[in-house]
Amino acid sequence: MIDKTKQRVVITGMGIVCPLGNDVATMWDGILNCRNETDMTTIFDASGFPTKFSSEVKNYDITKYIKNPELHKDGNRHCKFAIGAAAQACRQAKIDIETSTPQDGIDRRRLGIYFGSGESSVDNENFFGAIAEGWDDEKGQMDWKKWASAAFGKMQACYELEQESNMPAAHVAMLAGARGASRSCLTACAASTQAIGEAFKMIQSGAVDVVIAGGAHSMIHPLGVTGFNRLTALSTRNDSPKTASRPFSASRDGFVLGEGAAMVILETLESAKKRGVEILAEIIGYGSSNDAFRVTDMHEEARGAVQAIEAALKDAKLSYKDIDYVSTHGTSTGENDSIETVALKKVFKEEAKNTPVSSVKSMLGHLIGAAGAAELITCVLAIRDNILPPTINLNEPDPSLDLDYVPLKPRKAKVDIAINESFGFGGQNNVVIVRRFEN
Amino acid sequence: MTEQMPVITGLGAITPLGLSYKDLWQGLCDGKCGIDRITAFDPAGFTCQIAGQVPEFKIRDYVPKSMRKTTKLMSRDIELAVVAADEAFKDAGLTTKAIDEANITINPERTAIIFGAGLISCDLVELAPAVAKSITDGKFDIKKWGAEGIEHLTPLWLLKYLPNMPACHVGIIHDIQGPSNSITCAEAASQLAIGEALQIIVRGSADVALAGGGEAKVNPLIMLRQCLNKRAATEYNDNPKDGCRPFDADAKGSVFGEAAGCLVLERLENAKQRSAKVHAQIAGAGASCSINAQYEHLEPDGKGVQYAIESALEQAKIKPEQLDLIIPHGTGIPQDDIAEARGIRGALGSAVDKIPVFPTKSMISNTGAAGGAIDVITACCAIKDGIIPAAKNCDNINKDCKLNISGKKVNKEINYVLCCSYTYGGQTAAIILKNEN
Repeated sequence: MIDKTKQRVVITGMGIVCPLGNDVATMWDGILNCRNETDMTTIFDASGFPTKFSSEVKNYDITKYIKNPELHKDGNRHCKFAIGAAAQACRQAKIDIETSTPQDGIDRRRLGIYFGSGESSVDNENFFGAIAEGWDDEKGQMDWKKWASAAFGKMQACYELEQESNMPAAHVAMLAGARGASRSCLTACAASTQAIGEAFKMIQSGAVDVVIAGGAHSMIHPLGVTGFNRLTALSTRNDSPKTASRPFSASRDGFVLGEGAAMVILETLESAKKRGVEILAEIIGYGSSNDAFRVTDMHEEARGAVQAIEAALKDAKLSYKDIDYVSTHGTSTGENDSIETVALKKVFKEEAKNTPVSSVKSMLGHLIGAAGAAELITCVLAIRDNILPPTINLNEPDPSLDLDYVPLKPRKAKVDIAINESFGFGGQNNVVIVRRFEN
Repeated sequence: MTEQMPVITGLGAITPLGLSYKDLWQGLCDGKCGIDRITAFDPAGFTCQIAGQVPEFKIRDYVPKSMRKTTKLMSRDIELAVVAADEAFKDAGLTTKAIDEANITINPERTAIIFGAGLISCDLVELAPAVAKSITDGKFDIKKWGAEGIEHLTPLWLLKYLPNMPACHVGIIHDIQGPSNSITCAEAASQLAIGEALQIIVRGSADVALAGGGEAKVNPLIMLRQCLNKRAATEYNDNPKDGCRPFDADAKGSVFGEAAGCLVLERLENAKQRSAKVHAQIAGAGASCSINAQYEHLEPDGKGVQYAIESALEQAKIKPEQLDLIIPHGTGIPQDDIAEARGIRGALGSAVDKIPVFPTKSMISNTGAAGGAIDVITACCAIKDGIIPAAKNCDNINKDCKLNISGKKVNKEINYVLCCSYTYGGQTAAIILKNEN
């Protein structure tokens, strides 16, 4: 049943830069072939850290996507990924980029942006170097005069400006000439699902017709790995990086840090039809909730997760029985995978064991702020091809986790409606539902 | 549409002018300035040595006894948010878990929190001892840091600095279980958060929303960034109170500070049912992108500002002449102020000549993600008292700005107020408030 009281919102473009490849087709080929490209970290010297590996984006060349990289030269690593992913998505949706005279039929004041994007990596050498120079060992405290003298000498204005997480949205606005409402959010690992959900609502509210929505993040930097290692959230399976991300497995020991950007073009059905662009899928539901429990742990009974999934189902006017596939948050941490399973059992009741759920993080790693958007793209492709993406590395099932996790290899199945779940540190829960487009 | 637009029933602010929104308003009316020489650290080596710091407070006073352990995980940005949220709920007359667990009057699942946050800077004082343990031959050694240095940081270190943590702590303290978001759009963050909270209530996803923003900008790393980007005023180190001069001919840059501001937004129906006092109604909210290849500055013609204001006017269904007050972003960075003035004029036309403009940053400082919410709170107070305070440090208006800024206090009935904000990076917002009484 199609809800005619609300503006229908469809996906007309997708783009991705991720560890499995720097375009949608290569990424999907990687998933269908159960690839995992995790390896020893090369972005910085991680050899001293408890976790020495990560899932990096490789061979990324921004000039393959845009004509004027000069305008974006100061953008940080994830910002450049955002530009590449957005350029791909715009091309597919026939949105003109890098021009002051677009001919694509979209009023720029009705073109918005909503990203879940992360911070930049600090200027490591100079950042740590200045602290070292400012430290007064005798007094055991910082000497701010010494620090300032070092920092003013070493650090670069443009690099420091790009630190803030709103900058990918700034660069993509420049790229596409977007003049409509623009927001960035950073709700930890749930950010880009939230961004897509709120972008969907922004369109339904009538504020804009088209939104470039998604996420971009790289926490493969020393402070990121420091933070996650101290939290013991990362896998330390240094002898076998490619099997380290093993969601729902009995031997899971933490998540694998990935990086990348994933973007979708959301558009009113009316606009898509008027412009004559291909419709890839329809967004039909969104739910957001807050655990309000602890900053460190998920609610034991999955209160917030259940509330967000049920809110999304209600928004979509669907029952849990209508769902063909769930793309889980599935991080490969002990806590997430257990509590997410509890949530799914509560929502899906008697259908829980018959509803296939999987974690593409077993192949992509965890793209943090960009994870939800990347996973939404895999949901759209699952619908397109009627294939369930697998949870690889699930050779040792956890006896207490007994859902159908689509283990080890992809599976043919009719997929019309899929749920994408993202849960972030601090109890952020965001869920988006996507459906095969029918007129 | 106006029937559906939410009303503001609670206000809370912690600013350089005091620990409550009443202190803020009183300070603004009295022409007080919260800017002074930095005391949070020794600023002698910095080109800008002045800032807006909040008066001393004890975070434990704002957190229920059973949760005081969590204050150890609060960076200063989080603390500021917690203080402002506490006041906002109390001002709204709503009882949350933290206020009185036995008599809760909010429905946690139907309450949202949408908060604007900055990039929370790691505390260098906390990092430094660990860095000091990671030196080889006088140089920082990343391998040693990974193997030994990081052990000197508290295990939960990262959780102090995630930008969603202000909202998460406030959510836990007051038991807010509905939609929750953290908008990270720098100086435009809190007005964009208020705009989103408005949408959430209008679409029926929550009945009550806590919206606002907070940021603690008085730390060495942020001050360095602002100085390096030549956004900070460097010529007023000996006269801090003259330092921030929005739209003034002698402006030399902005002065940064720390604050948090929270508003309780509520469905009009909800507020009426419980006979809540209403500060104002949100009549319209607009947002846009400003685009400039010089990402640190607003585009010279202020087009983005114009578009955001036009959208807000359209939603509020009012004409420019109906505005009684404008609270602009006004940072004191001359080229940005000129561009903003152009954008405001672009949207309002000649009506702008008659509408009083009251910039707040000369007294409060530029508090980043908090600033937009502080301005909306100021607008609520102006509406209630029918007062536009005298502007400070705008005695000699830059001839390219041409805004109606007065150095004298004005008493008048205020029906509609426009607030706007923008940020480096270009996200731009405008909010229109309506007098509900």
